[in-house]
Amino acid sequence: MRALNLKLLRDLWHVKGQVIAVALVIASGIATLSMALTTLESLQKTSEQYYADYQFADAFVSAVRVPNTVKQRLEAIEGISLVETRIKKYASLDMPDFNEPVMGMLTSIPDHGQPRLNQLAMREGRWIAPGASDEVIVNEPFAEAHNLKLGDELPAVMNGKKRYFTIVGIALSPEYIYAMSPGSLMPDNKRYGVLWAGQSSLEAAFDLKGAFNDATFKFDAKADHQALLKQIDMVLEPYGGRNSYLRDDQLSYWFVNNEIEQLKTTSTIFPAIFLLVSAFLTNMVLSRMITNEREQIGLLKAFGYSNLQVGMHYFRMVLVMCLVGAVIGLIAGAYLGQANTEVYAEFFRFPVLVYDFSISSFVISTGISVLAALSGIIGSIAKVVKLPPAVAMVPPSPDVYHRSFIDTSRIKHWLDQPTRIAIRQIIRKPLRASFTVIGISFAVGLMVLGIQMFDAIKFLGVSFFNDAQRQDMTMAFYQNQKQQAFHQVKRLPGVLEAEPIRYVSVEFINGIKSHRGAITGIRSDATLQPIYDNYSQKVISLPEEGMVIGSLLAEKLNVAVGDRVYVEFLDKTGLRRDFAVAGIFDTFMGLPAYMNLESLNRELGEVGQYFMLNLVVDPNASQAFYTAVKESPAITALVTKKASLDAFNETVAESMLVFIFIFIVLSSILVFGVSYNMIRISLSERGRELATLRVLGFTKGETSYILLCEIGLLTLIGLALGCFVGWGLTHLLGYALETELFRIPIIIYPHTYSYSVIVAIVASVMSALFVAKRIHNLDLIEVLKTKE
Amino acid sequence: MSEIITTNEESTVSASAESKPVLHAHNLTKVYKTGEVEVKALDGVDFEVYEHEMVVLLGQSGSGKSTLLNILGGLDDATSGEVYFKDRLISSQSKGLLTNFRREHVGFVFQFYNLIPSLTALENVALVTEIAKNPIKPEEALDLVGLLPRKDHFPAQLSGGEQQRVAIARAIAKQPEILLCDEPTGALDHQTGILVLEAIEQVNRELGTATVVITHNTSVGGIADRVVTLRDGKVSDIHSNSNRLSPSELKW
Repeated sequence: MRALNLKLLRDLWHVKGQVIAVALVIASGIATLSMALTTLESLQKTSEQYYADYQFADAFVSAVRVPNTVKQRLEAIEGISLVETRIKKYASLDMPDFNEPVMGMLTSIPDHGQPRLNQLAMREGRWIAPGASDEVIVNEPFAEAHNLKLGDELPAVMNGKKRYFTIVGIALSPEYIYAMSPGSLMPDNKRYGVLWAGQSSLEAAFDLKGAFNDATFKFDAKADHQALLKQIDMVLEPYGGRNSYLRDDQLSYWFVNNEIEQLKTTSTIFPAIFLLVSAFLTNMVLSRMITNEREQIGLLKAFGYSNLQVGMHYFRMVLVMCLVGAVIGLIAGAYLGQANTEVYAEFFRFPVLVYDFSISSFVISTGISVLAALSGIIGSIAKVVKLPPAVAMVPPSPDVYHRSFIDTSRIKHWLDQPTRIAIRQIIRKPLRASFTVIGISFAVGLMVLGIQMFDAIKFLGVSFFNDAQRQDMTMAFYQNQKQQAFHQVKRLPGVLEAEPIRYVSVEFINGIKSHRGAITGIRSDATLQPIYDNYSQKVISLPEEGMVIGSLLAEKLNVAVGDRVYVEFLDKTGLRRDFAVAGIFDTFMGLPAYMNLESLNRELGEVGQYFMLNLVVDPNASQAFYTAVKESPAITALVTKKASLDAFNETVAESMLVFIFIFIVLSSILVFGVSYNMIRISLSERGRELATLRVLGFTKGETSYILLCEIGLLTLIGLALGCFVGWGLTHLLGYALETELFRIPIIIYPHTYSYSVIVAIVASVMSALFVAKRIHNLDLIEVLKTKE
Repeated sequence: MSEIITTNEESTVSASAESKPVLHAHNLTKVYKTGEVEVKALDGVDFEVYEHEMVVLLGQSGSGKSTLLNILGGLDDATSGEVYFKDRLISSQSKGLLTNFRREHVGFVFQFYNLIPSLTALENVALVTEIAKNPIKPEEALDLVGLLPRKDHFPAQLSGGEQQRVAIARAIAKQPEILLCDEPTGALDHQTGILVLEAIEQVNRELGTATVVITHNTSVGGIADRVVTLRDGKVSDIHSNSNRLSPSELKW
């Protein structure tokens, strides 16, 4: 077997271009899956580690004012192992570097050190000094957004009074991985900050001496968590707290989970498609290679090598290719996995990082690739070793061609002989031709799929923020406002239009299905931010009675138009009502529910109240407007639409950018790998034919044309088909990627197709150029001597 | 000049006296180097073919006859010596020029036919006429070798002899000045071989194409005007036939 092993090495060296091309295809499949799953597993472990290390609470509740003595009653509930009470209040921050109002969430921390739950990860500075009423620790993203340093002064309006804090520390918290102001869909670190101040300091500032308004809990793992929530609500109900919830409903936790959930889909669906395509290509390429080895196999058998030995020889050859692919895939997967994990970790700002290369995904993807490769050759080898050596050594009898449609149709006259050769080759071996077409079309399809993610995100942003919303900015108030404030705002400088909005936190319940969200009250004649269907791109009218809800919410609650949904108001009223679903509309983001503002207010017994105003402001008067707004203590936040769009782009687009980019690079490699192998194999199958043409006086260019015309035709078909494949994969992925937070619009801009096609053409042309060199070096003399 | 080249034979052929050589080679050597071993495939060969002439190049395998044919046809370079096509030097020319030389002036017939399997008989001929400057009609060329009735058949539907005759039609359809045939009957049985030689002989006679036929079969020499024998890379014998035999008269 030593001679055979030498042959193996030499053969491999001889076809090193193909070995590398096959290995790259295999490697790209392995790398994608390992990268994606490594990222996913690392992120999951990292976030779990973070939650565990910093004692992230199991449940949360807020109330109006609870005397400290009630804490003992909460601690007495069986199944609750830890209770931590605190004060949580909004304040309006006056950032000197920023002329828009900024909302601050002030949370109390014990003066003596870390709380037992929701501990802070200190990044800089120190803990607040015991008893110091003017010291504050700020959330790192907010500090970075405003370039805040230790020792900086931070003016805040609390309870209508202005106070100055000094920043003594910068920290992260598992509770605010995403810090989102109420009513916003995306974190905006410029306009919303989380601050931690001493318990005693906040008690004084908010008139809560000897009381708390927020509590967090650690539950026994075995306890019935829903039952515990009910018990907590019972204890706190007299104090305005009846909305305790589990960490699953905690905003930041939910958001992070959604991101990871979405990543999970991307990390399994994308690479699964990729791996399948690469396995398919490997299979196809190798089976053609083995068929070309027919003569060699006959020779080996003539020498007395057994079928098994011959079979093993080719198995090894394929294994080497797989091995090379696996090693490249391993290195690339590990490297990309780490890079991608770091991007995400930085994006989420995890203070800990558990990087864990996904061995299992590497083993699985390598296994699939090797199996695909081996199954590609088993059939071909079996066919060849079955032949008696003498027959195997003689080339297969010339392919029988038949007259086909090109011989009968009129186009025949336009076709020169070289083109006829190409077309007949395709008609003669439709299966092989379709393999080539399928290979290229899938590679192109994958590229379309990767690039369209940009389209989707862009469309999502434009549709959600520009088409659906006409207001320039949204103004939020410290508490619900009455009608006269509305008229005051309308008189502010620069205000052209104003429309009130009211958000009420509710729990939607339909049987066992429930969702904790909000009802948005708008006027039925609202024009600034009406109900907008993202799919039909039309405004949906809002009836006086009943709710119009987003399709994702309808799905989650399993309700249709006409059904009634039970709604529990989570504000201090604690009302329970059931409302009819008057309409369902399609939206990309969030789980919205709309009601007529007046009928919502009627239900709550608060006529004419609202919490936010949508505004259109004259851009020339915006400076005067901002100045006026800053002086108004009732206004807690002012979110401009542009800022929301920017925040959206940062949050969604940047987190996916690296992934998409890697994906595009790998699909390009796939296209190259496919077309290089196609052309290379065609060349070895038809070397004699091409050399004959050279002898007959055909130039190198004309000869290359004959070879490349077939591949070119197939590539063209593959490109066209690839656009359809991309379209199909996009739909598939679109449905699979749907999360509670948003659904990916299925949209592909024409330039995505053209870009994919151009990349595919460049990759094909590059591989054609590689092979064309070989046509130039065809051994013409050999042709005269040998019969195939 | 022809006198100088046609040396050791006393009686120069009648054809050579009147006509000019289409192709002539002077003092050709070809050395193959494989590692440290040098093999002299051709060792100072002089050779010429005249207009209308039929030359049979005889020799055992390894005598250098294929090497000579390859160099004459512009497929290979000589180590030293010159080859002229009419008055043009073709040895040591660029690949592009040689491609053009083959395209316009040389017809090749191979031992294994080398037809393009995906093209019909007629299309195989048309393959060459499409790129030639002054071709005859493909149908005419097929008719000349007696295969017009089979013009729409693909190679796989033709016998070996028929395939070779298509190959001959393909070679002569461009009206080449010279037809080079490398063991055209090597893969065929006697009966079929005769048919193929008849086709070559007919082309030579009717179109007047100067023809070189390589063979190791001495009997084939009977159809030639001149028989050149090669041995160990040297011309060992040249003789002229005063009477060309018809292929059907050959026996082997």
